[in-house]
Amino acid sequence: MSELNTNVVENQLVKERASQRYKDGFVTDIESVTIPPGLNEDTIRLISKKKKEPEWLLEYRLNAYRHWLTMPTPDWAKLNVPEIDFQAISYYSSPQTKAENAPKSLDEVDPRILETYEKLGVPLHERERLAGVVAVDAVFDSVSVGTTFRKELAEVGVIFCSFSEAVQDHPEIVKKYLSTVVSARDNYFAALNAAVFSDGSFVYIPEGVRCPMELSTYFRINANHTGQFERTLIVAEAGSHVSYLEGCTAPMRDENQLHAAVVELVAMDDATIKYSTVQNWYPGDENGKGGIYNFVTKRGNCLGRNSKISWTQVETGSAITWKYPSCILRGDNSSGEFYSVALTNNYQQADTGTKMIHIGENTKSTIISKGISVGKSQNSYRGIVRVAKSADNARNFSQCDSLLIGKECGAHTFPYTESANMTATLEHEATTSKISDDQMNYCLQRGIPEEEAISLIVDGFCKQVFKELPMEFAVEAKALLDVSLEGAIG
Amino acid sequence: MLEIKDIYAKAGDKEILKNLNLSVKPGEVHAIMGPNGSGKSTMGNLLAGMPHVTATSGSVTYQGKDLLQMEPEDRAAEGVFLAFQYPVEIPGVNNMYFLRTAYNAQRKHRGEENLDSASFLRMVKEKIKQLHMSDDLLKRPVNVGFSGGEKKRNEVFQMAVLEPNLAIMDETDSGLDIDALRVVADGVNQLRSPDRSFVIITHYQRLLDYIEPDFVHVLVDGQIVKSGTKKLALELEEQGYGWLED
Repeated sequence: MSELNTNVVENQLVKERASQRYKDGFVTDIESVTIPPGLNEDTIRLISKKKKEPEWLLEYRLNAYRHWLTMPTPDWAKLNVPEIDFQAISYYSSPQTKAENAPKSLDEVDPRILETYEKLGVPLHERERLAGVVAVDAVFDSVSVGTTFRKELAEVGVIFCSFSEAVQDHPEIVKKYLSTVVSARDNYFAALNAAVFSDGSFVYIPEGVRCPMELSTYFRINANHTGQFERTLIVAEAGSHVSYLEGCTAPMRDENQLHAAVVELVAMDDATIKYSTVQNWYPGDENGKGGIYNFVTKRGNCLGRNSKISWTQVETGSAITWKYPSCILRGDNSSGEFYSVALTNNYQQADTGTKMIHIGENTKSTIISKGISVGKSQNSYRGIVRVAKSADNARNFSQCDSLLIGKECGAHTFPYTESANMTATLEHEATTSKISDDQMNYCLQRGIPEEEAISLIVDGFCKQVFKELPMEFAVEAKALLDVSLEGAIG
Repeated sequence: MLEIKDIYAKAGDKEILKNLNLSVKPGEVHAIMGPNGSGKSTMGNLLAGMPHVTATSGSVTYQGKDLLQMEPEDRAAEGVFLAFQYPVEIPGVNNMYFLRTAYNAQRKHRGEENLDSASFLRMVKEKIKQLHMSDDLLKRPVNVGFSGGEKKRNEVFQMAVLEPNLAIMDETDSGLDIDALRVVADGVNQLRSPDRSFVIITHYQRLLDYIEPDFVHVLVDGQIVKSGTKKLALELEEQGYGWLED
């Protein structure tokens, strides 16, 4: 498709998408089995039992829980987090049809759930889609309700299934890698996740395999008074390649719901993992009521030589975002990338960024962060680039740009660098700008109305990040920005 | 086409235009000359509806409508084009995408359907060829990293695509070398037509060697103090503006 045609398709999709403020805010009316609110060791035993987990995993959970009890809530981020009552949250909720026996195939999934995903634009059938085939794992509240294209993937040896299934079917891989990147004691929310995690995705790419299609997980919170605590593990063996996408939405509710996920990536020699997120959790209303608290720990380990992990995120949702997708560059010549667009509007708060830990020689990292603050929101970039003594010739390039729209919002940048090796090259660029009157006047004089002009300028501001996304996701991302920018001009 | 009557206008807090009068008929090319600070750019900005310029009295009628009551984007859609003295950079937005957004926004205003992408691309490529400009102008972000000459050429290119009824060119010739000047002038000459009028703001007579104006006006201290034909521009070239100021 030519660039021009692509743009046209994009525009149509963008218009459709932008026609409603938070179009994914509906609730699916379905009976669910939700365990009573409250958190103690029995809750954890119950979750583990529901999942028919082996003893070692229950022990892992309990240890994490006991450690979590000793930890203080983190307060170093530039966020105003109301106290969370962990006893008021239900830690497990699944659609009833799924409660006891998991459906064997997509045909057995409750039609109301299939309809939900259809409505969200994530069809769970295996019809080929125009812009390329994408395999989907659909996580609905605490469980995975179905994963598409498993057979096709299995033919090349790729395992793509829910985390719970992986525990049953591939315990040796799970046991080998679980918590090797994010320890159960890593931080407050990671420890909580280790204790109560329910479902998530599991990906294993065998040696030398280039995954034949994009893999994606679509997280949906539906039930109320619940939290979602998913856990994702992706292992790419030597010389393999995978591109993985995740999307997330939730109903519009006045309550705040907690989402505390952990994602671990492991890349062996010459392996590449590309991980893209379009996060659109319900952000709360224009007065700051409701919305998801998104406290997520994502980290990749470039274990092998020449391995590469690339994070791309577009964060438009959530009332509060606390998220730092990071890379540990252990293998020599390995590289890490972080491309981020975070947009906050109304009373949203985001404190997001990355950590690049250089350990191997000739390791390389790139950080491109674009923060857009609108309304009364606060948007912070927080990042650290650490070069260990062993990391000869490490290189980092960081660019953090902030765009302010309106007078009541804030943008903040907290870049930290620590280098223990004289041969390291670290570059940092940062800008804070406003959409200038000159830019606006120029657009207006060409006949482009104000709202369209803002969208155009913001799109341009984010270009470096959008071009890292697979096309379909780039379209989604641009549309989301347009929706989130609504009301940006008084 | 355009009727400016007894206009007084401020740029910011400062009164710049003082009793300005000008009448432009379809197909005419008017050159506005005058010393620095005489109000030439303010006049262009007033016509385009740039927010920092406000009329305090007088009227501007464009195609029978009260131009001063119209929003800047509506003026654009009704065919008023301003080639900026300092074209603005918009990082990350490619020129063609920008132009298509503008083109279709203007069509929408007029109640017309969007032009489909293939036809737009064909049209744009045709125009750029006619103007002897390079295709890569289309792919680059709007004015980012453009040389002064490229920026001015881009203004002329945008004008060619948007096909305005009234084109105001604010010192489009300043800072151009002779080759760039020719390209710009050639572009304007190609666009001359019985229905299209030009107001060309310039410091120098030399542009008028390439674009032959129907009228030349001298603006001093916010009003037109002398009008004439091309000959007036040549006199100004020889004698400067001093003899017209008191």
